[in-house]
Amino acid sequence: MNEDIPNTFVTKGLTKVYGEGPAAVHALRGVDLEIPRGEIVVLLGPSGSGKSTLLNIIGGLDRASDGVALFEDQDLTAMSDRALTRYRRDHVGFVFQFYNLMPSLTARENVELVTEIADDPMDVDEALRLVGLGERMDHFPAQMSGGEQQRVAIARAVAKNPTVLFCDEPTGALDSKTGRAVLHVLNDVNAKLGATVMIVTHAAATAAMAHRVIHFADGAIRRVETNETRLSPDEIAW
Amino acid sequence: MSPLDRKLWRDLWRIKGQAGAIALVVAVGVALLVMMSGMLTSLTETRDTYYERYRLADIFAPVTRAPLNMLERLAVIPGVASVEGRIQGGALLDIKGQALPVRAQALSLPPHREPHLNGLYLSDGQKLTPGRTEEVILLSSFAKAHDLQLGDYLSATMHGARRSFRIVGFATAPEFLFTTAPGEFVPDDARFAVLWMNEDALAAAYDVKGAFNEALISLERGARPEPVLAAIDAALDRYGGLGAYERGDHMSDRFISEEINGLQATSLAVPPIFMGVAAFLLYIVITRLVQAEREQIGLIKAFGYTDWEVSLHYFKMVLVIAVAGAVMGCLLGIWAGRAMAGIYQSVYHFPFLVFRVDPQSFVSGVGVSILSASAGGMLVLRRVFALTPAVAMRPPAPMDFSRTGALNERLKGWLDQPSRMVLRRVFRNPGRILGAVLGIAVGMGLSSAQLSVMLGFDDTLDLTFGVIDRSDVAVSFFEPMPAKAAFDLAHLPGVIEVEPTRAVGAVLRNGLNSYRGSVTGLVEDARLNRAVNKNMGNIDMPENGIVLARALADILKIAPGDTLQVEVLEGKRPVLEVKVASIAETLLGSPAFMRMDTLNREMGEWGRVSGAYLRVDSGQLPVLYEAVKETPSVAGVSRREDSRAAMQKLMDTGAGAMRFVMAAIAGIITFGIVYNSARIAFGEQSRDLASLRVIGFTRGEASFVLLGELAIVVLLAIPLGIGIGYYLSFLIAAGFSTDLYQIPTVFRPQAFGTAAIAVVLASLISGWLVKRDIDKVNLVATLKTRE
Repeated sequence: MNEDIPNTFVTKGLTKVYGEGPAAVHALRGVDLEIPRGEIVVLLGPSGSGKSTLLNIIGGLDRASDGVALFEDQDLTAMSDRALTRYRRDHVGFVFQFYNLMPSLTARENVELVTEIADDPMDVDEALRLVGLGERMDHFPAQMSGGEQQRVAIARAVAKNPTVLFCDEPTGALDSKTGRAVLHVLNDVNAKLGATVMIVTHAAATAAMAHRVIHFADGAIRRVETNETRLSPDEIAW
Repeated sequence: MSPLDRKLWRDLWRIKGQAGAIALVVAVGVALLVMMSGMLTSLTETRDTYYERYRLADIFAPVTRAPLNMLERLAVIPGVASVEGRIQGGALLDIKGQALPVRAQALSLPPHREPHLNGLYLSDGQKLTPGRTEEVILLSSFAKAHDLQLGDYLSATMHGARRSFRIVGFATAPEFLFTTAPGEFVPDDARFAVLWMNEDALAAAYDVKGAFNEALISLERGARPEPVLAAIDAALDRYGGLGAYERGDHMSDRFISEEINGLQATSLAVPPIFMGVAAFLLYIVITRLVQAEREQIGLIKAFGYTDWEVSLHYFKMVLVIAVAGAVMGCLLGIWAGRAMAGIYQSVYHFPFLVFRVDPQSFVSGVGVSILSASAGGMLVLRRVFALTPAVAMRPPAPMDFSRTGALNERLKGWLDQPSRMVLRRVFRNPGRILGAVLGIAVGMGLSSAQLSVMLGFDDTLDLTFGVIDRSDVAVSFFEPMPAKAAFDLAHLPGVIEVEPTRAVGAVLRNGLNSYRGSVTGLVEDARLNRAVNKNMGNIDMPENGIVLARALADILKIAPGDTLQVEVLEGKRPVLEVKVASIAETLLGSPAFMRMDTLNREMGEWGRVSGAYLRVDSGQLPVLYEAVKETPSVAGVSRREDSRAAMQKLMDTGAGAMRFVMAAIAGIITFGIVYNSARIAFGEQSRDLASLRVIGFTRGEASFVLLGELAIVVLLAIPLGIGIGYYLSFLIAAGFSTDLYQIPTVFRPQAFGTAAIAVVLASLISGWLVKRDIDKVNLVATLKTRE
């Protein structure tokens, strides 16, 4: 691993158990991991392998049962709810499979929702242009296609200038053409803003655009690959 | 159990909070319906049975002194079924340990037989022994108030002579369901007594041997009372007839009839409000449920269930909630009705008052709740029908807010995004918001109006005892006395000021409108008992002309400047034509005032007085009372303080409970609406809320988006509720005001404050319940579900 670049995340023995006793489900079984700053990282693995759980814990949405998760030397597992909210507010952008836009706000306003509370946000128009939606910023979600909605969601996630962008199945509900367009946006965000991008997906082909690919199975990391040459989203087989 | 029914019960369990809140609203509506209609049935039936069993007269004909053979003349008047003559008179009772003599009415009972009319219900002791002049039967409520026992002796002043009597029985009678001392309007068991005595004894006491001074008449079934009244008046005229009147004009019957009318009006007006709110709530709750379950509905239809079967499933849910609420309401209504019967029993002296609900009330209670619930449910079922399996199983498009467009430009710049979300939701669902606002406002208006009217009684007290009547003690004489009698009172110990007065019974007539009341003669510069105008200023009694209370002017449909016919019922019984000079403000009774010397002149009786108002040194009251008891001409003494206290007590006992009930009504309606609206908003927006939390909004900020909408609803509802309450209080006041008492309509901030506090509290509680759920939202799970 590259020793010069500081890590965005370091986890040690990260464990997550749902339930108790014989019914307990071990979602994460002692995960040790280092994610260098500025990389695109793809997490691959079958359903229930623990990749989303990892994302949720280091994204500040869920708590670990055991182990340590460091974000730039701050221990996320020791943070209060309030501190986790602060962490999400200042550093983290999320993109979900089902977009999760506010139906009562226009595209622009959905982005403004974030820029209003962020410390150092980017210009709203710029964020929407970045995702190629400069024209449709005054439309409501109901007036947009799925791909457009997802691009608004990405604009909303990047507008705060996040340190890290988490994407859980960002293309899961999209056709190949729109899916590729979304991946392009994520690539651009990484290249232009230097944000660490973590993508959880079933689509193994997506791995070709990543700096680093982490394979999950049964709540543990099976192997980590680094891509010497990365493909552009256009070259990815869908 | 079919799988759909199993789903039904599990769904109900899942939304138990909301279902419970709706059932509660239904329950309160049904409870009020059952309680009020039950009370109505119970009071009406008990009254009618009591009247019939104890043969209450249809017509009362007071007369100065008529020979017994006149009874036979009355009996042959066409339409008359039976006649009874009796002797009645005023008395002053001397109760041990009490300085103030108590006013009493003495009534004769015939020897060796039951009275043909106006029987009495002997609750304890025995009947009078014929010939025993010292025996009395006492009104049981009075005996109870003074803890008098059978065998106790009573000392009474009758017609100026002091006599001693032995109590042999306690009784109640249908003509004394409601007992107030003459000239008063509030029942006080301790301050007015009724004595029944042997005819001989009373005849001797009042010097009416071989005669009667009140005839009681019952009518044949279907007989018209007017010609009978006219015939009686004609027959008794030469014996000093004081004008026959119907049972409906008898004080006791008047009070209970007014009560029954009021109850009837309320029972028709209040429960429908609850039913309307319940229907609205069921509509919004089931709509949301259907919306959330559209995929399941699609799936069930895809399996081959018909539209009817699926609709029935949701309709059953409506039915279960409505029926559960109705059953709860019936039980609650019976319980409340029994408690209310206890209160009625303490005010109205029924020998028995069993709270009985007409089975029809249950049927209509349950029926009405099912009907109104169905009305709410039916609208939703249209949607269930409209859903095709294919459409239902596709994820719903995001709610479309583009139609709120006109708002957008204006919102820009001065509102942050969460506030825009709140406002856009408000404008997207104006119907739902309006329904909620209206529901809360009507509930609040209803209770604030009732409270306002109740608090208005304080004004009645202040006006009556602070402004109009400023005397300490009122004295009345047995019969009109020379003016000297009043001024003799000034020599009694402790008396500072004396103001004589003359009251005469009269029928006031303006065309077809007439009123049986009295005319009060006031001295020229009245200070202790006055007539006041709208601004509480003294009305100078004109030398010629009459001043009428507003309620009386309304009844007679007469205005200042018009001429009123006054048929005096005393003395030479002149018929006067008097000009109405002005209108006086009163809240108790419907008096008419004239200048005393003018009244006396018109009567042809110079310098007569019938009583006096006194200002006294309170330290000397006991001595004064002793002296009054020794004054033969005095028929009654009443202390204003006691009248006021009795009225205050009645208000306080009823008012405390009512204030609570009224606040509860506002609270329950508000809780039902706010809690359900909050749950629905929460259901629709849980993903939005989770997204906000993920983006980095705090719990408080996220909750604002949801609860902001409810805050708007409540903030809109409160001023509207105040407006509705304000106008409703006029309606209620107008509806309940009678010639006996008028209900003032004054804007009472406390009333509206109490109702508003109940609304705000109920909103806070429901907001807090939902906020707890917002805080518990599982961010990950919510965001990954597809709505």
